[in-house]
Amino acid sequence: MTDILSWIDVGPVANIPRQGARTLQTETDRIAIFRTLDDQVYALLDRCPHKQGPLAQGIVHGHFVTCPLHNMVFSLETGEAQGPDDGCAAKVECKIVNGTVRVGLTELQAGLRHAG
Amino acid sequence: MNHVPAAIKTAKARLVVIGNGMAGMRTVEEILSRNPDKYDITVFGAEPRVNYNRIMLSPLLSGEKGFDEIVINTPEWYSENNIHLYSGDPVVSIDRNRKVVISKSGTETEYDRLLLATGSDPIIIPVPGHKLNGVVTFRDVDDVDTMLGAAAKGGPAVVIGGGLLGLEAAVGLQARGMNVTVLHLAGHVMERQLDPSAGYLLAQELERRGIKVITAADTGEIVGTENVTGVRLKDGTMIPADLVVMAVGIRPNGRLATDAGLTVERGIVVDDVMTTSDPAVFAVGECVQHRGQCYGLVAPLFEMAKSCADHLVEIETLGYAGSVTSTKLKVTGVDVFSAGDFSGGGDTEEIVFRDAGRGVYKRIVLEDGKIKGAVLYGDTSDGGWYFQLMKDGQDVTELRDTLAFGQAFAGGAAGNPLDAVAALPDDAEICGCNGICKGSIVSAITEKGLTTLDEVKGHTKASASCGSCSGLVENLLAATLGGDYQVAAVKPICTCTEHDHDSVRRLIVAKKLKSMPAVMQELEWASSDGCHVCRPALNYYLLAAWPNEYVDHGASRFINERVHANIQKDGTYSVIPRMWGGLTNPRELRAIADVADKFEIPTVKVTGGQRIDLLGVKKEDLPGVWADLNAAGMVSGHAYGKSLRTVKSCVGQEWCRFGTQMSLSMAVELEKMTWGSWMPHKFKMAVSGCPRNCAEATIKDFGVVATDGGWDLHVGGNGGIHVKATELLCKVTTDEEVMEYCGAFIQLYREEARYLERTAPWIERVGLKHVQDQMVDDAANRKALFDRFKVSQQKAQIDPWAERASQGVDAHEFTPLPMVAAE
Repeated sequence: MTDILSWIDVGPVANIPRQGARTLQTETDRIAIFRTLDDQVYALLDRCPHKQGPLAQGIVHGHFVTCPLHNMVFSLETGEAQGPDDGCAAKVECKIVNGTVRVGLTELQAGLRHAG
Repeated sequence: MNHVPAAIKTAKARLVVIGNGMAGMRTVEEILSRNPDKYDITVFGAEPRVNYNRIMLSPLLSGEKGFDEIVINTPEWYSENNIHLYSGDPVVSIDRNRKVVISKSGTETEYDRLLLATGSDPIIIPVPGHKLNGVVTFRDVDDVDTMLGAAAKGGPAVVIGGGLLGLEAAVGLQARGMNVTVLHLAGHVMERQLDPSAGYLLAQELERRGIKVITAADTGEIVGTENVTGVRLKDGTMIPADLVVMAVGIRPNGRLATDAGLTVERGIVVDDVMTTSDPAVFAVGECVQHRGQCYGLVAPLFEMAKSCADHLVEIETLGYAGSVTSTKLKVTGVDVFSAGDFSGGGDTEEIVFRDAGRGVYKRIVLEDGKIKGAVLYGDTSDGGWYFQLMKDGQDVTELRDTLAFGQAFAGGAAGNPLDAVAALPDDAEICGCNGICKGSIVSAITEKGLTTLDEVKGHTKASASCGSCSGLVENLLAATLGGDYQVAAVKPICTCTEHDHDSVRRLIVAKKLKSMPAVMQELEWASSDGCHVCRPALNYYLLAAWPNEYVDHGASRFINERVHANIQKDGTYSVIPRMWGGLTNPRELRAIADVADKFEIPTVKVTGGQRIDLLGVKKEDLPGVWADLNAAGMVSGHAYGKSLRTVKSCVGQEWCRFGTQMSLSMAVELEKMTWGSWMPHKFKMAVSGCPRNCAEATIKDFGVVATDGGWDLHVGGNGGIHVKATELLCKVTTDEEVMEYCGAFIQLYREEARYLERTAPWIERVGLKHVQDQMVDDAANRKALFDRFKVSQQKAQIDPWAERASQGVDAHEFTPLPMVAAE
């Protein structure tokens, strides 16, 4: 696993809709943060490995998201494409601490935010 | 009271217990059973009575038990065991330097060891009015007395909180004759213990008992001057109430410990032998925080009591390692069980078993071949077995196939539906609607030589009504005919279900299923919340079946319909404002040009449907773009939806020297009538003012072509991969007829076509004659269809752009999350 430089607090879980997602813009990436029906949160880089589809805009079902561009299904837990499709969406560390969502950013992702 | 200080009476070590509840007394019992002579014990309790079984407050409220029956330790027990009990005299402070506790009456008692068992406090939501008379919690016998007093007068009651305790309070009050409404903030009741499917079943059962459940209910105010008269929700809804029970949760009571300078976080922090930050002070029960966890259930308290007692009598102990908990709702006739972590996730897999007929739902979550959690509703007889397997960490791989059937089937032959149906007795009812049992069906099959489901339906009426038993009937056919029977190929909607589109649509209406969890439970969905294939279809079917009741589920819509714009390959969106009939004017064009400049929209294009497309809009800019277009009088063009797209037109008799009818105004009128309507797929129309058909109306879903004497109505055409020209539905003479036929045709399509089926394949499937029978030849049915269309349009014709641009609907869609803080 990549070294996490910092955990970013992005506010309460309630701000992410159930079976939905919000995005977080970092210096280098856009991260999709998902909330499942059972209130788990997961994060992936907001682009699918196929055609850079914005995964945050997909339909969330179980612990999966369906890419809005071409309906590839990705596991939120591992980022792996499901079924016959190949590919893996980049996973980002994410957890809930006291009802608040925290996203673990690598040095690269945190970028200028910490340099400046 | 004449109190002899413990130190004078005996040389035994002095143990003082603060809290005469279940945790404290269980610890005392455990100590006595290990070494009755070890301590001289003094107990302080805040309530003026002996200790009782707090989890039995619900039966006490409902009247199923009396106070005597819930007493755990009688006054005699205390004296027999030489325990000094101060009931109704709570400890108010602890002096750890002097090792003394001071009670409210001023009594000072010395200790060598101090045990805190102060339990928890109910959480009071500090809304206006929370101190009015008639607002109570549900925590002790006094609360129950207050509730019984109110219930004696009957009248309305509100329970705030649809968790375990709240629902028990609601059922108890209902049993006592009150008219109860439960307000619950989350989307389904008992959301911490149950998943949405089980929550749905429970809410249904409560409603059946006459308890009203309002979910997503945010309490704004408790209303009344001296006595409570009602509760007002933040959305303005007012619910009358003579009694309000707050049962929103509990909070560990660590006040004494905090004041005494002990480490208290959420609860009093203890180690594995329940020692606090002071080695002479211990804590057990709901007041503690152990390995970061606080517990509100009884089983962990008992486990803590054992470890604490071991340590206090100096027996070697492994210590308390935290608890895996299970919950059961203590409501007679409602079987609910949950245990462990049933959220799924990680490398888990789930086994879902649903029996809609019996109202049974079971979900077992497995990880690495072991049970990680379980939710059971309707049949909880195997809850204990699952819980044991889970606690033991037993590998259940061998049992997997029959796990959902419970312990009785464990190790038996793998369940085969044909064997199961063959094993049914002859008098087993197969078709509940028509009361047909297995014997009649089997004899009809053998005696009359039936070989298909339809024949069985015809001869026996089995599965001829709601059809939910058709799978069973097919299994019976297969079991009776052996290899001669081929089950008709049904193409399920997706892997979540065995039902096809048609049967789901039929059952939604027949069984009056009005929500997504209702459909998934009653039709025995194999997954907990469906997938990207079935959810949008169900959302549409529910919306089409119950236009006035069903609340659209945004999370089940494809992104375009969720944000009312078309996603493009780079993740930006395209925006197409509506131009009625393709007609525009300089004001609208200026507004479009201004929007394109202001938001630096890179591409502006005219579409095939005679609209203007603004391409490359950033998602965050959508509300701003819409606000500006709204200000110029334009609304959403629905170019993104499975809905009415455009009505294309030529300039018609208004301008054209060949025109025979006013096609422009007809197109505008048709579009005004039909915009906003959700359909199985996109729906396009066109109106041509003469048979030259410049608007290309004969490749549209509904095409109108003017003739000298009236209008030709065409249906079922489309462009696309398979170009298909329309077929002529009929000819009409008046403008009113065009409107009525159009509305009726759309409604028939909305009610009969499968999700994602355009009109062309739908008509190919059912035949043009069927459509004509329904709405050309049958005038009454046409009118009924048109009426239903108009009803559904009342709620559909709300501009989604205006709702989002100026009313803040779905604001979360358009703003990224902020970085609040970093560490």
